[in-house]
Amino acid sequence: MEALELARLQFAVTGSLHFLFVVLTLGLAPLVAIMHTRWVRAGKPLHERLTRFWGQIYVINYALGVVTGLVMEFQFGLSWGGLSHYAGDVFGAPLAMETLVAFFLESTFLGLWIFGWGRVPKRAHLACIWLVTLTAYASAFFIMAANSFLQNPAGALVRGDRMELVDVGALFTNKTLIFSFPHVIGAGLFTGAMVLVGASAYQLRRRTSEVEFFTKSLRTGVTMASIGIFLTLGFGYAQFAGLQEGKFEGDTAAVPLVIMLEAGQLLALVVLFLMLPLIRFLPRWRWTHPLLMLMTPLPFVLAIMGWLAREMGRQPWMIWEKLTVADAMTPGLTPPMIMGSLVAFAAVLGLLALVDYVLIARVIRRGPRDLDLGAVPEPALTY
Amino acid sequence: MELIWFACFTLLLAGYFALEGFDLGVGLLLPVLGRSVSGRDRMVAAMAPFVLANEVWLVAVAGALFGVYPSLEGEVLFGLYPVVVAMLLSWILRDTGLWFRRRAEGSAWRGFWDLMITVGSLGLSFGWGVALYAAATGFGSSLLNPVGLMLGVVVTLLFAFHGWTFLAWRSPGLAGATRSGRALAVSGAVAALPAVGVLLGSMPYLLEHTAPAATLNVLSVMALPFAPIVVAAQVWVWRTFRPGKNAVRIPSFF
Repeated sequence: MEALELARLQFAVTGSLHFLFVVLTLGLAPLVAIMHTRWVRAGKPLHERLTRFWGQIYVINYALGVVTGLVMEFQFGLSWGGLSHYAGDVFGAPLAMETLVAFFLESTFLGLWIFGWGRVPKRAHLACIWLVTLTAYASAFFIMAANSFLQNPAGALVRGDRMELVDVGALFTNKTLIFSFPHVIGAGLFTGAMVLVGASAYQLRRRTSEVEFFTKSLRTGVTMASIGIFLTLGFGYAQFAGLQEGKFEGDTAAVPLVIMLEAGQLLALVVLFLMLPLIRFLPRWRWTHPLLMLMTPLPFVLAIMGWLAREMGRQPWMIWEKLTVADAMTPGLTPPMIMGSLVAFAAVLGLLALVDYVLIARVIRRGPRDLDLGAVPEPALTY
Repeated sequence: MELIWFACFTLLLAGYFALEGFDLGVGLLLPVLGRSVSGRDRMVAAMAPFVLANEVWLVAVAGALFGVYPSLEGEVLFGLYPVVVAMLLSWILRDTGLWFRRRAEGSAWRGFWDLMITVGSLGLSFGWGVALYAAATGFGSSLLNPVGLMLGVVVTLLFAFHGWTFLAWRSPGLAGATRSGRALAVSGAVAALPAVGVLLGSMPYLLEHTAPAATLNVLSVMALPFAPIVVAAQVWVWRTFRPGKNAVRIPSFF
């Protein structure tokens, strides 16, 4: 394979891996924040255990989101130097905002939330998880803004052999951004909620002793899944108004698009017209639980389909009708270089992703006991 | 404006060296000072609350590189291609080592991830020396240049010393001595010296390749107002996890 194909493959593999974890982070962060709020308000042990259990799943998932994200950030310089050379003055601004402000704060507040259990005052601790959610959403906004610039280079002009930023307002009100951002947020909520549903269904099916815990989780999941899929679908269709002309004509990108649309609609029907009306009965109807568990991976698959459609539909352009992907590649990049890093990243991240999912499954299987997150310290050891 | 952003960029990289330097140092010292599982648990627990707030400085460095010096971003990362790939893999292993080490029982599991923390910390520390030398020579020299390799050893030793100072500050007994906050600040400043030196040396070149005024204005208007919040959040971390009675809690999440 040529360097260009390998570089694209590397971006697709690491980007897909990254988003599998990001989409769950975006959904679980507000859910955990809501649970934490209930705990602070009502002070019930049940709410504390909900916060710690789903919080632990959230942070285990977060780990892989971070390490795959590192590879994404540096890949722009490694493989796509032509992009930063041609449009870095524009494309770099939202990326810089994401890292300098949004992710910087997210990481700092998450550290305070994880390690501040019992040390940070109660309300300040609650503020931490809401700030983590807020900054995670801000991150998503800036990344979507950068991606939308590639789809539709608004707010910039070509001067000489480079693009220059002329209208920052246009950059952040891009027609391919305003509906795709809430679409992604909705998809995140739906994914996170379906993990609550699937995990609770698994525990209830096994006749867990934690009936109240998982009944509550299942109902929260179904409620949030309904909101999530409603937003995803609504803003998903709205996106077609801002679509570039001829984006999906006679293109391989139409395949993932159709899969996402068809399966997404079907899922919406099931969630909104079966699961939501039956929300009171689902925890007790054990025969439904295997079906609910089977549905859990679907939002992840559809999220990847969505990205494949969006990104493959952009081909052969890196920046729509301005810069081709071939021209965006770093000059001098050779197949052995990219092959080496592709194999290394794919192997290491792929393996770690598997381990991460096994660890999450383990937490779900064990249920809400012996949690590490917020564990009470043992008496100090003396030597 | 170019100068303000040069100062920001230098501050971010220096901050990364001074802060993440001690996390990497603790990682390097794990097999040296932490011979038992519980000893390593306490070392990791000492740095754990700081890691997320520290490593993010490098994420910010890379973002600032893209935003402020877009024409250099490709040149720098591509010029260091194998080093950057190796350092990213090291960073990934170090991080997952921290996140995973206490997620399952068994001393083999924890021992393996502790080893990954050390290997990752070593790769990053050594890689920084090589990368800084290559940057200082304008990527003209071989990445295996003996001076670069030696700088790799120097940075590794500086980080190890900084990590030792940190342990002695936060949890006296772990490192066999007590160090004051001032000693920690000094060892942080020393750890940041190589990075600051290289950046100051290449200051004229960097200023010449700054993004145009329109981009800098956008970054300034959008990012600088948040600087006090970012600083406040960092201060909050240091106030919350300052040394004292039971500063290091076991079990820690990492």
